[in-house]
Parts: sequence; C-alpha cells; structure tokens
Amino acid sequence: MTAPTSNGSLISDLPVLTRKDFVSDQEVRWCPGCGDYSILAQMQKMLPSLKIPRENLVFISGIGCSSRFPYYVESYGFHSIHGRALTIASGLKSARPELTVFVVTGDGDGLSIGGNHLLHAMRRNVDLNVILFNNRIYGLTKGQFSPTSEFGKVTKSSPYGTTEQPLNPIRIALAAGATFVARSIDRDTKHLEETLYQAAQHKGISFVEVYQNCNIFNDGAFAAFAEKEVRQDRMLYLEHGKPLRFGKNMEHGIRLNGFTPEVVLNAESDDGLLIHDIYNPTPALANILVGMDYPEFPVPAGIFRSVTAPTFDELLQKQVDDAVAKGAGKFEDVLYSGETWTVS
Amino acid sequence: MTTETPVLPERLVEELDRVTIRFAGDSGDGMQLTGTQFTKTTAVFGNDLATLPDYPAEIRAPTGSLPGVSGFQLSFASSDIRTPGDAPDVLVAMNPAAVKTNVNDLRPGGLLIVDEDEFNSGNLKKAAYASNPLEDGSLAKWQVIKVRITRQNEMALEGLPLNTAQKFKSRNFYALGLILWLYGRSMDTTVKWAQERFGRMPDQLEANLRALRAGYNFGDTTELFRVRYDVPPADVPPGDYRHISGNEATALGFLAASVQSGLPLFYASYPITPASDVLHELSKLRNFGVKTMQAEDEIAAIGAAIGAAYGGHLGLTGTSGPGLALKSEALNLAVMTELPLVVIDVQRAGPSTGMPTKTEQSDLLQAMFGRNGDSPVAIVAPATPTECFTMAVEAFRIALKHMVPVIYLSDGYLGNGSEPWRIPKLADLPKVAYHYAAQDADFSPYRRDAETLARPWAVPGQKGLEHRIGGLEKSGATGDISYDPENHHKMTLARAEKVARIVNDIPLLEVLGPETGDLLVLSWGGTYGATTTAAERARRAGKSVASAHLRYLNPFPANLETVLRSYKRVLIPELNNGQLSLLIRGKFMVDAVGLNKISGQPFKIAEVEGKIDEMLGLTGPYHLQFGPAATLGGG
Repeated sequence: MTAPTSNGSLISDLPVLTRKDFVSDQEVRWCPGCGDYSILAQMQKMLPSLKIPRENLVFISGIGCSSRFPYYVESYGFHSIHGRALTIASGLKSARPELTVFVVTGDGDGLSIGGNHLLHAMRRNVDLNVILFNNRIYGLTKGQFSPTSEFGKVTKSSPYGTTEQPLNPIRIALAAGATFVARSIDRDTKHLEETLYQAAQHKGISFVEVYQNCNIFNDGAFAAFAEKEVRQDRMLYLEHGKPLRFGKNMEHGIRLNGFTPEVVLNAESDDGLLIHDIYNPTPALANILVGMDYPEFPVPAGIFRSVTAPTFDELLQKQVDDAVAKGAGKFEDVLYSGETWTVS
Repeated sequence: MTTETPVLPERLVEELDRVTIRFAGDSGDGMQLTGTQFTKTTAVFGNDLATLPDYPAEIRAPTGSLPGVSGFQLSFASSDIRTPGDAPDVLVAMNPAAVKTNVNDLRPGGLLIVDEDEFNSGNLKKAAYASNPLEDGSLAKWQVIKVRITRQNEMALEGLPLNTAQKFKSRNFYALGLILWLYGRSMDTTVKWAQERFGRMPDQLEANLRALRAGYNFGDTTELFRVRYDVPPADVPPGDYRHISGNEATALGFLAASVQSGLPLFYASYPITPASDVLHELSKLRNFGVKTMQAEDEIAAIGAAIGAAYGGHLGLTGTSGPGLALKSEALNLAVMTELPLVVIDVQRAGPSTGMPTKTEQSDLLQAMFGRNGDSPVAIVAPATPTECFTMAVEAFRIALKHMVPVIYLSDGYLGNGSEPWRIPKLADLPKVAYHYAAQDADFSPYRRDAETLARPWAVPGQKGLEHRIGGLEKSGATGDISYDPENHHKMTLARAEKVARIVNDIPLLEVLGPETGDLLVLSWGGTYGATTTAAERARRAGKSVASAHLRYLNPFPANLETVLRSYKRVLIPELNNGQLSLLIRGKFMVDAVGLNKISGQPFKIAEVEGKIDEMLGLTGPYHLQFGPAATLGGG
C-alpha cells in the first residue's frame, strides 16, 4: 500500500477567462483613493493571460490593508495571520506544486512581523509570487511607522520622529537570493500589469515591491518622483539589454565610477553607460542599482534580477518521485525494519 | 600437544523474574549505545522490557563532571511489565561522577560494577569526592565489583592502529560484553549491528568487537561474580515482534495514517528536544510520498503544515512545549478555518526552556487553553511507547472526520523510552477516511455535517468551489466575513459543539479493578505503567483500588463522570502541578486529590503506592522523596 504523491487528477482543462472572471462578489472595502485598488485591477487584468484555471490559483495573505486582497479575487483564497502568509504558501506549494500561488503582503506584514519567513522563502526559492505593497506606514492600525518609513518620520507612535533607519525591500530580496526581483508603482498601471505578468511567468520565487500610496495616513509618500509629470525625469525604468537611460527624451544616463553609479546628464552616446542585465548570475549590478534613490538618483523600477534555479517544491517533489521510482515504499517493510522475532 | 583449558569455576545460575539495570557514564562514554544494544538483545531473547534513557542536554559537558553523566535504565522480565523499574538491581558506572549521581537509586544489596581505573584523583575531584568511595567504605550497602575496564580494554586492543583516546572509546563495548555474559545473553545481535555500523571503519569495528569479547570472556573467567542470572523469556501473545521507541512509533503511526487514508503526509518541524527524532524518522520516508520540511522556526513549521492541510494533504507539525507556545496563534488559525491539522507535542520539563531532556506532563492546560478566544481542539495522548503508533492513527482519524485540529501529547519519557512491539497486521489497522467537498452548486464553506458539525474540506484545484477562508470570523451561512453578533455567538458554540461531539466517536474509559470501591486512580499519558501497576499491586494486597487511564483528553470519554462517581475517593497522579486535577475538579466538581511530581523523572511505582496507602487511611501523609544525587543525575 502506498500513499498518492499528488492530487494531479483534480486539475481541470484550460478555460478562456476574462478580467471579470477574477472579480469576486465581495464588496471592496479599501479607503477611496487607496493605491490597492490599482494593484487589484492590474492583477485581475493580468490573470487571464496566465491561462491558468481559476481553481488552480491561490491567493494567500497575512494581516494588513493589503492582506484583504484575496477576498476580492475570484479564486481560492486564504487570509491568514500577521506575517505568516509565506509559511502557509510554502507548505501549500510544497505539498501541491501544480498550483499557482500568490502571496500578498505589506511592508509591516512582510518585513516586520514576517521578515524571517520572507528571507527563508527566498533562499529556498519556493515557486511563489510575492507581491509586497509598500506604503511605508501601518494603515490598518491607523498610522504607525513601518520598517520602510523614512528616518525621523513623525507618526502617531513616533511624535518626536522615528529613531530608526528604514529597510530597502529590494536589497533584502537580493541579499536573500531571490531569483526574481522587481519594483513597480501603483500609479503606473501598464508597468505594474507587465511586472506582475513577468513575476507570474518566473519559475521560482518572484518578489515584486509595489510602491503604493496610502492617501489617509501617508499621502504622497512617493509623489516626489512618481507623479506622472515628473516620473520620466525622476524614475529609471530598467529594461534588459538596454543602456540605463531616463528623462523626458531619455537624454540622461547612468554610468559607473568605480563601484559608484553616477548620473550622466545629456549623455549623447550610449558609450560608457551601464547596460542592464537581469539574467546575470551574480547580483552585483542589481546591488548597485538598489542603492539609487531620489533625489540623488532617479528611482529604479522594473526587473532587477531574473535568474533560473531549481525550486524548493520541485526538488522536494523530485526526491519523492525518484524514491518512488526506485521502489514505492511497502508499509510492511517499514513495520518489520530492524531486528524482529516471532513468538509462537 | 598440551592445551590449557581454563578451569571454569562452578557458578550458580540464579533464575530471576525481573531485573533492572542502569548504565551510567560520561556523556562521551557511549552509555546510550550500550543500553540500546543490551535492550535489543534482550528483546530478541523474548523478555518483556521497558527503557528510560536519561541524558544531559549538553552534548559534551566537561569529561568526568557531574552534569556530564548520561544514563540508560532498562527493566526486563519474564512477565508483562510496564515501567523501566523503580530501583536498579545493577548499576554499571564508568566513572566516579556516575557513581555519585546514581548510586543512591541502587537498591540496597544491589550490584555496583565500576571501572576502577577511572577512580583517579582528577576524576574524584570532578565528582566532588573528598575520598575514594571504593576505599572509604561509603559504598558498603552495595556489592561493589571493581573491574579495571580501561586497562583491560586497552590490553585487548593492543596492536590495533588506534591511539589511546580512540581505544578508550571501546570501553562501553567491554562493559556491554560483561553484562551480556552476566545475564547469559548472546553477543550476536551486537556483533551484527556493529558490523553494519562500523563496516567502513574496519579498525574501529575490530576494536569494538575485541572489547565486547574481552568483556564477555572476563565475566566467564573471573571469579568476581559468584552468580550468573537467568531471566527466562516472557509469556507474551504470539506474533511478530520488534523493539521500538515512542518517537519511532509516532513516526510510523503517522505514516500509517497516510497509508490508511491514501493522502500524502506533509511534516514540517523545527528541531527541538525531545521531538526531533520524529522529524528524522519521517525524513527517510520519501518513497511513501512523505514530504518533510525543516522550517525556519516553529511558526513557519505549523504554517506550512496548515498550508498542506488546506491543500488536502495530511498536514502535520511536531514540537515540544516551548514550540507549542510559539505555534499557538497559528493553531488558532487552524481552529478558525477548521482544517484537519495534527500537532505533536513531545512534552518536556518547563516552564520556558526548563529541562529539555527531562520528561513532564505539564502542557495539558496549554493544549486545552493556550490560545486567545474560545478555541477548542481535540487532544489525544498515548500511554506507552508502542501506543504512540495507534494514537497517531487516531489523531488523523479524528482530525479528518471532524475537520478539527488535534493535539497529540506525547512526552520525553514515552518518546525516548522503548519496549517490544507486536507488529500490527495491516488488516487490523483502523480505516482513516476523508472526504473532499462535493462539487455542487450550493457549496458553502461553513455548511456543517448534520452529525459531526464538520465543515466541507474544499481544496484548491476543485473547480467551482473557489472560496475564501481566514482568521476573521465568517458567516456560518455564506462564509463571508461577518461581525454579526449572533453569528459570532453561534459560530463559537458550533466550534465547541463540534469538538464535544467527538465523544460519540471514541471508546469508553476502561476501568481495571472493581466497578465501585474505595479509590480510583485516574491517570493520563506516559504515567500509565506506574499508576496501573501500583493499583494492581494494591488490589493484590486486598485493597479496594481501581485504575483508569485517559487517552482522550478532549473530549473526555462519555462514561468518565460515571466512573469518577463510582469510588469514594479519586487520586490523580500527574507529572505536573495538578493540570488534569484542575480539569476534573472544574468539569465534574469531584474532589480529586493529586499526586504531583515535577522532577523531570517519571513516577516510580512505589510513589503511587505510597499515595494510595495514604488515601486509604493506611498510612500518614505521603511525601515524595528526592535523593540528592538522583536529582542531580543527568544534569
């Protein structure tokens, strides 16, 4: 007697789906004007292009405004507890590798209370799609500073200003060995939809930081560089194989001076400009880009890194498959292992 | 040709019904190995037996020091026994620290075998002996057998390409050989094991086998031992047997649940004493589809197990007390989402880090109540190492049928203890059934089964059943988030009632002894052997004493109240400060009296007997005795 190794038989045929198919019957309860609406809309727009049956999609979240997300997507959804979405997702994906699993988290949920799990899901390379909504504030608990809030920020829990430095989520992801690392922004809907699509296409863990405006407790956190009028001058859209350029007419560039990036204003030629390479096996370039921030630099958005590596869930499944191929376990053999004797 | 046949002294062979031996030495002396090998040999010989490994938390405490002493006790008999024995008849002590920490447990007149070579001034000082106990008469109440184990072992290993330190490591085989001889046991089991274990290290193998034979032959040729003992095989039910520890039986039981249900087992755990062996055992079983994950922490482990349970597999996590504390929030998520999760807690002495390698039963109330809100879970507890197997199957049978998290309370004594096990026939194992939700249009995530109140198990991949669950309260009608007052009230009652109804699905409490009488001894978990035997001895002495042992702690068996009310008095012996007593008193208003021992050691039969006599009015107040050295033992 043996146990089955997967529930593959449950998977049904591919349907043709549209955005509407992913809109659940639940009333969306984010504050009017919240950046979360845009992320939900781009996700629902993007999902049909994955051509995955709805029942094979699972959205798992922790706690926070962003974590209400699963209620609004018509798929399987699990709104769990604070910081632990990745643990549940890792277990689900490891048990059922045939499912497509999204994890929706925030800067508090994913980097503070759940920070440990983020590191380990990334180093294991579990094939999950992690979307971290970064609004640099605790919204659901009504306005305390978060691990990504800027130094000195005055909030309800820091009336004298914070005395701690923020984390950079992308830097954490790169350090933990995430195989797909990207950043997008709620206001740039096209870029966001494309980034979510690329993340979903990636095999292995994909980590997308989305700059998301909280118009109630931290309004305009990204306005200085993300507003439509200034975006081209103050953000750097990363494109694989192309020189790093920005500006209304893409007139400026980025080059390296030693290990330090520097802006080349009105760079006429591409010579000497950094060429973006998301497939580079070493994250050296990505690590340089991640340090660039406004106002010294344009803020990079897009894919920092996309490399291929075996995933935790497939390796685990392979161990099972290989072991079973060598000889499925017989329960009697295990019962009788070691020295036995018969009493008659 | 002249041959020298040794003239063997005429030696008496004395037949005994039961013998208890303790091996004690430095944690680097290999006493656990010696004990385990003697146990295996004895099991194969056909004795009934029970073991108690007792090791320090420090992997290598300073050599020769008191905290570094490691012990292994086993009791074997020609009749059915349930405990590893109260007082050892034989103590094998490899150094002065082992004598110091263990000798007070040895029964007066018992055999104390020591390695004389280790009683040098340095080791005596480390053991805080002012003078050599082998010379100052302080060991007069025991039969002391001084053997120069270190020197003789060295001589036996002469010529092997090993240095002195390496040769020293074979001393435990010498001691083992000597004890095997003393009880007329064959060396075959150990020789076979050593050949497999040290096959790739021929010098070490040769050293160990030479040491083993030298010890055996020394017993045969020396006149130090006047008597050799024989403990005939026990009269046990026919069948195929093997020797198994509680943690191994736990792992096999959960595998059996997978085999019997047809669902793959997913085990996520964070290493913790004394539960790690379960992870080690299950990690080997990929060829059964078992997936194991060593998580980054206790919370991740239970989270992953919840993920697997949500995915329709057998989600299992395991830990000890401190880990259960860390898991409590996530466990509550499983309560709220009503998923069939099983949590193993191999209890150890607390609170906090406590005494990791010592046993206790002090997580019962944590299991019952250690979560926010009204949060009932089912709780089962095996009574013996071999019962760890059957109760593991039970845990998933209940979890899957009733869609409820189940806590499985083992303990360090059960997990590390071992006994012979009659290998079950597959046909005799209970069926473990599961049902995924029916894929029909009127699916609702909290539509309950009329009989059990279980909610449907709709797993990702099932078309048409897409739904959302989570830690927020849900409407029983629609499954949507609900803050409706009446709904929360009703859902809380439904979660409680669902667990309460498991009572219809578990056996009645079995009573040993008279149906009514003066005293009921009520116990649970790993104390079964001592409490049951003590009650049995009391009955044999004509006392009106019954015993009953709980394996289901939540809900309790249906007849528990009737049983409790059938006796004038109720005694609850527990290795905690009165946790079951609190539940029994609170639930049934029965004036139960506790015998509470919180020393990290299991009950001795005599301790329970002492309390029984007190409660029957035969003696004055009974007080537990803690020998000063014994409580230090094992660090």
